[in-house]
Amino acid sequence: MIASALKRAKALPLSGKVGLALVVFWLFVALFGPMLAPYPIGAFVAYDVFDGQSAAHWLGSDYLGRDVLSRLLSGARYTVGLAAAAALLASSTGTALALTAAVGGAKVDEPLSRFMDMLISIPSKIFSLVLVAAFGSSLGLLLLIAAFTYVPGNYRIARALAVNLAQMDYVQVAKVRGEGRFHIAIAEILPNMIHPLLADFGLRFVFIVLLLSGLSFLGLGVQPPDADLGSLVRENISGLGEGALAILAPAVAIATLTVGVNLLIDALPGQGKGR
Amino acid sequence: MAGASSQSGMKAALILIGKRFASSLLTLLMVSVTIFIIAQLLPGDTAQEALGQSATADQVAALRHEMGLDRPAHVRYVSWLTGMVTGDPGQSMVANMPVAEVISTRLPNSLLLAALTALVAIPVALAIGIGSAMNRGGRIDRALNIVTLSMVAVPEFLVATIAVLIFSVKLRWLPSIAMASSDMDWSDYLRGVAMPILTLCVIVVAQMARMTRAAVIDQMDRPYVEMAVLKGVAPVRVVLKHIMPNAIAPIVNAMALSLSYLLGGAVIVETIFNYPGLASLMVNAVTSRDMPLLQACAMIFCTAYLILMLIADVTAILANPRLRAQ
Repeated sequence: MIASALKRAKALPLSGKVGLALVVFWLFVALFGPMLAPYPIGAFVAYDVFDGQSAAHWLGSDYLGRDVLSRLLSGARYTVGLAAAAALLASSTGTALALTAAVGGAKVDEPLSRFMDMLISIPSKIFSLVLVAAFGSSLGLLLLIAAFTYVPGNYRIARALAVNLAQMDYVQVAKVRGEGRFHIAIAEILPNMIHPLLADFGLRFVFIVLLLSGLSFLGLGVQPPDADLGSLVRENISGLGEGALAILAPAVAIATLTVGVNLLIDALPGQGKGR
Repeated sequence: MAGASSQSGMKAALILIGKRFASSLLTLLMVSVTIFIIAQLLPGDTAQEALGQSATADQVAALRHEMGLDRPAHVRYVSWLTGMVTGDPGQSMVANMPVAEVISTRLPNSLLLAALTALVAIPVALAIGIGSAMNRGGRIDRALNIVTLSMVAVPEFLVATIAVLIFSVKLRWLPSIAMASSDMDWSDYLRGVAMPILTLCVIVVAQMARMTRAAVIDQMDRPYVEMAVLKGVAPVRVVLKHIMPNAIAPIVNAMALSLSYLLGGAVIVETIFNYPGLASLMVNAVTSRDMPLLQACAMIFCTAYLILMLIADVTAILANPRLRAQ
C-alpha cells in the first residue's frame, strides 16, 4: 500500500509534489509540533520584544518576548486540527444528507435542496459572524460553526454526484433486486463518488482554515490562552510597523498550508477543473 | 415573421427573468427568517444583559416590555421585517442610535471601496484570464495557473501585511491606515484606500481570472472555433469576434461570483486597515453583541450577494440567443 502511494506521489506534476510535501509537513507539525517546541508555549524567554531571527529564537520573539517558533508549532495544531475536524464533519454531514436526498425521492430532495440553496446564498464569512455573535466562540462551538457554514457547499456537490449515480444501471439493478435504500446509498452510490468527494474535502479544509484564522484574526475565533495561527497574527499586529517576523511567520504558515492543499488537489488526476 | 418570433423570444426571456427575480425575493425572505431565528437563539436575555446581574425582576420585565421582547417571536419577526423594508431596522444597542443612521454613514464607504476594486480588478482579470486561455498549456498559462491557484488560498491578512511592509514601512509611499472622511480631497482619499483596494484586488483577480479562463477554454473546444481557426482567422480575432460573444455570459457570471467574494474579504481588509466601512461595522456589532445592528448588516450583505447572483443569471438569460431572438 505504501509502495502504491509512493508510486502515485511520483506520478504527480512538480506543483503537486510541492503541495504534497507542504501538506505532509504541516500534518507532521500538527501531530508532533508541540513536542519539538524549543521553549514552553507561554514562557517569556527573550529580553526584547519583536526580536529578529537569531540562533536562540529561529523566528524571533513576539510582542511579549515569547518564542515565536514554539508558539507557531503549537498554534498549527489548533489550526490544522480544528479545520480538519470541521471539514470532516461538514463533508460527512453534507454527503449523508445528499445521499438521503438522492435515494429519498422528490419528497425529501425538494425541501432539502431548497433549504440548502437558501443557506448557500448567505456569504460564509457573514454567516459565521452571525453564528459567533449568537453562540460565542469556544473551541467546540467554532468547530460546529465552521462545519455548519460549509455543509451546504458540500451538499450541493455531493447531491449532483449522487443523483447522477442513482440513474446508473447498476443502481437500478440493485433496486430491482430489492435492496433497501440504505444499502443502495452506502454500498452502491457512495463508493463511486469517493474521489471527487475527497477533492471537495480538501477544498472545504482550505476554506475552513481561512475562515477560522480570519475569525481568530478578528479576535472572534480561538480565544486566549489558546492560540491558533490566526490569533498569532492578531496578537502581534502592533509589530506591523517594524515589519516583525512574529506577524509574518504565522501568516506565511497559514498560506503555505492552504496553498499546499490547493496545489495538491489541482494536481490530482481527474481534477480537470482548470482544463 | 422574424419580428413576431423575436418578440415572443423577448417575452420568454422576460418571463424567465421575472421568475428568477421572484425566486430571489423568496430566498431573501427565507434568509431573513434564518438570520432572525439565529439571532433569537442568543443565550441569555438581552434585557437582562443590558441591566446587569443586580437588576430586579421588575426592572428586567419593564425593559423587556419597552424593547418589545415580551411579544411572541413571529410578531417580533414581522415588525423587524417591515422595519427593514421601510428603512427603520430598529435601535442600535451599543451606539444608542437608530441602526439606519449608523449604517448610512458606513454604507457609502463600502460601496465606494467595492466599486473602485471592481474597476481595477475586472480589466486585469479579463486580461489574465483570456491571455492564459490563448496560451493554453503553454509556459505562461501554467505559471499563471500556479500563481492564481496560490493566490485564492492565501489569507487576506497576509496580502495586507505584505502590502503594508512594502508600501508603507519600506517605501513609505502610503499610509498604513485607511482614512475616509468627507473633508478629504480625492487624491488623499485614493492614497488612503490604495492598499485596501490592492489587497482586495489580489484575491478577487485570482478568482476572476481562473473562472474567465475556464469560460473561454470551454468555448475554444467547440467546433465553430475549430472552423474559424481552420479557415485562417487570426487568433486575436477568433477570441474577440468568435469566442467572446459566446463566453460573455459565463464571464459575467464569474465576475459576479468573484465580486460576491468581496463581501466576505472586506470583513478582514476593512478591519486591518481600519477602513470605516460596513464590514468593520459588522465586526464591531459581533464583538459588542449588538444584535439589531448585526441583523441589519447581515441582511444588507445577503441582499448584495443575491443581487450579484441575479445579475449573473439575468445576463445568462439575455445572452442566450435562443431566448433573445429566433
